[in-house]
Amino acid sequence: MLLDGKIPAGPLAEKWDRHRFELKLVNPANKRKFDIIVVGTGLGGGSAAASLAEMGYNVKAFCFQDSPRRAHSIAAQGGINAAKNYPNDGDSIRRLFYDTIKGGDFRAREANVYRLAQVSNAIIDHCVAQGIPFAREYGGLLANRSFGGAQVSRTFYARGQTGQQLLLGAYRSLMRQVAAGKVQMFARREMLDVVLVNGHAKGIVVRNLITGQLERYAADAVVLATGGYGNAFFLSTNAMGSNVTAAYRAYMKGALFANPCFTQIHPTCIPVHGDYQSKLTLMSESLRNDGRVWVPKNPGDKRPANQIPESERDYYLERKYPSFGNLVPRDVASRNAKAQCDEGKGVGDTALAVYLDFADAIKRDGRDTIARKYGNLFEMYDKITGENPYTTPMMIYPAVHYTMGGLWVDYNLMSNIPGLFVLGEANFSDHGANRLGASALMQGLADGYFVLPYTIGGYLVGSPKETLSTSKAPFEEAERGVQARIDKLMAVQGKRTVDDFHRQLGLILWDHCGMSRNNAGLEKARGMVQELRAEFWQNVKVPGTTADLNQSLERAGRVADFLEFAELLLIDALHRQESCGGHFNEAYQTPENEALRNDEEYCHVAAWEYKGIGQDPEFHKEPLTFENVQLTQRSYK
Amino acid sequence: MSKSIDLTLKVWRQAGPKDKGHFETLRAQNISTEMSFLEMLDVVNDQLTLDGKEPIAFDSDCREGICGMCGAVINGRPHGPLKATTLCQLHMRHFNSGDVIAIEPFRAMAFKVIKDLVIDRSAFDQIIQAGGFVSVNTGGAPDANAVPIAQDQVESAMDAAQCISCGACVAACPNASAMLFVSANVSHLALLPQGQPEAARRAIAMVREMDRQGFGNCSNETECEAECPKSISISNIARLNRQFYRASLASSVK
Repeated sequence: MLLDGKIPAGPLAEKWDRHRFELKLVNPANKRKFDIIVVGTGLGGGSAAASLAEMGYNVKAFCFQDSPRRAHSIAAQGGINAAKNYPNDGDSIRRLFYDTIKGGDFRAREANVYRLAQVSNAIIDHCVAQGIPFAREYGGLLANRSFGGAQVSRTFYARGQTGQQLLLGAYRSLMRQVAAGKVQMFARREMLDVVLVNGHAKGIVVRNLITGQLERYAADAVVLATGGYGNAFFLSTNAMGSNVTAAYRAYMKGALFANPCFTQIHPTCIPVHGDYQSKLTLMSESLRNDGRVWVPKNPGDKRPANQIPESERDYYLERKYPSFGNLVPRDVASRNAKAQCDEGKGVGDTALAVYLDFADAIKRDGRDTIARKYGNLFEMYDKITGENPYTTPMMIYPAVHYTMGGLWVDYNLMSNIPGLFVLGEANFSDHGANRLGASALMQGLADGYFVLPYTIGGYLVGSPKETLSTSKAPFEEAERGVQARIDKLMAVQGKRTVDDFHRQLGLILWDHCGMSRNNAGLEKARGMVQELRAEFWQNVKVPGTTADLNQSLERAGRVADFLEFAELLLIDALHRQESCGGHFNEAYQTPENEALRNDEEYCHVAAWEYKGIGQDPEFHKEPLTFENVQLTQRSYK
Repeated sequence: MSKSIDLTLKVWRQAGPKDKGHFETLRAQNISTEMSFLEMLDVVNDQLTLDGKEPIAFDSDCREGICGMCGAVINGRPHGPLKATTLCQLHMRHFNSGDVIAIEPFRAMAFKVIKDLVIDRSAFDQIIQAGGFVSVNTGGAPDANAVPIAQDQVESAMDAAQCISCGACVAACPNASAMLFVSANVSHLALLPQGQPEAARRAIAMVREMDRQGFGNCSNETECEAECPKSISISNIARLNRQFYRASLASSVK
């Protein structure tokens, strides 16, 4: 089946304007008659919930954390892009659009990405009005910096805590609407199923994480903004609680999952140091603006960094990519780091790290300037590793960071299930096969502040109004299913902990479906995942009871879903017999070892339909057509 | 270089809000000094699980010191002995083999214990709901560069805006006051032109809500500043007091 993305007709630059005009409006007096559920309160969900409430809708917002202000958007460091062209360096909406399409290796929709670039400027305006303390120049105007893979300075930032500040802006707007009675906030709730009534998404079942009770909520539409699935790899830069459960449950109910194999491995993270490690910490890639990446020229050189003379160092990114140097996109930087380590040139105890060196920048700009730019990042590094980056080069290694794949949505951000909308990292729409730095914050806020609030009205006006009731059969059925699964998890009482299984799953994916992939490894990994899943249901041990706070049970449910989802990830990676962006199949590379796309056969979105656990999902294709850009081999030389 | 240490933990165990709670003594053995404090608790929890006991309930999410979800009182100090460090960023290299470590939840009347180290901090959300925002709807903002803001002004606002809402200030205060939290939020917005129109209303509403939530008053003990993982300065409290008195005396806000 070919999928219809419902891209509006007309010239690229006019599509969004025309579409907004053509969408039916909900009469202001009628908005209060509609209830909307928003699951997840990060940049996408928080901004959507606040904006919808401001417009007059009744919103029920849910998050699994103790407060909506803790969603993992808060950890984004570097910044947010916009096409303001304040620095007068030649930026424009079209350039931001082009960079994003190219950075995504031509696997995203033109129309979506263009809209993203169009609304980017309004995001900055709104955030400033909310009181976001973006960095400023001495004259009082906003400061910009250039950021991973861009040759213009279009990134707005608030020290190294941009995500925190933007999220708190959305959170404050959300709290304002809670106070106004337009948003009901449900914290410490985990969504465990979406409920369909006559084929439309009309509610959810959640577990109250404090009491253990299952609760049902009904609404006229359901919005998922539940983040990405990077924690399938166990070790990632995601928060401990980040999970695929909400998206996966929607997939099991018929929502298509698109391009799951597009996973982003971020080049600048603190390297792994032990088996007990619970997560990896990102060092913002803004560091690459001033840090120089290098390894010793000779494999196995174990001398400390300061004893390796300049002539025996290989600044491999500057050497291979003279025009972009240390600022090549994330996938390119990550693969190169792995290649150096594979050649035995890795540094540190594990030899799975490369240097990121600030000595030249400190010599050039002075320690104070560097401290002003990166002080908090250097401190964080020092805390974790016990080493001082002002005097010793940082050690970095790639880590799973972001997932471009997600639930399939059309131009309105609606999945193939009517009434089920998906925002932010949870959808697949804007980043193609690789996301550029400072674009995740832009997309989350674009979806939540400026896209969904318009498009959801079109659905609400055009679909039959149901009476809202949670006593309908589909709600009972969904709750029974959720309860049965919880009971099943508790009944196993085996000999291995949840984390133990999760760690093993992560290693399988990292080894076979990480920075570089091959068909034999992917096939093998699929078998390993199936075996591990079978063992999980025989041998997992979940302590405690279901009737109160039980963090092991929460994790067990998430890992059970990861164990099924991992197979989908592998199937998608096997399907895509090309290399593009974050998906690198060793069989498809240029003579210079760059990703080699196959536009003839794979210039499409691969969207998968659930057919049962262990069954092959059904493949659906959305062809990608490019009318405004020329598909080129990405080159950063 | 990493090494292994053995520790004795005295951990607060409390089955629920109504349970009285008690300290339980647990061993943490073969702990790598490269671990974070929470990774050490993960290891202890895995062992408890395998031994058929209930693991220690504790909150954490980002484990990068920014989400504000984690926190416990370690040997009497919120987030442990290191300055400007959240519990998730405290590493075991700061402990020695043989140490006895007492681990308790943040305690305050306004923070009920839910289970073990997990507490209810929804009072903070309610203080923000009382006025900790700028009342602008999506869509009507002027160009972002329309209002210049002096760089040092915005830097001061950012210093205050870094609050992660963890509650360490409350746990550190002998009066369980939330003044550092409230003042950071009030200051951040009061220092920016966008926050000015509502500054008086905000200061009064947030302080009143703090009182209503059962937090104590500030008596200048300054322990909050010492324990704040984000080094929020008590000069914010002075600013809040000025705002509050000015608003109470001179503005029309009731």
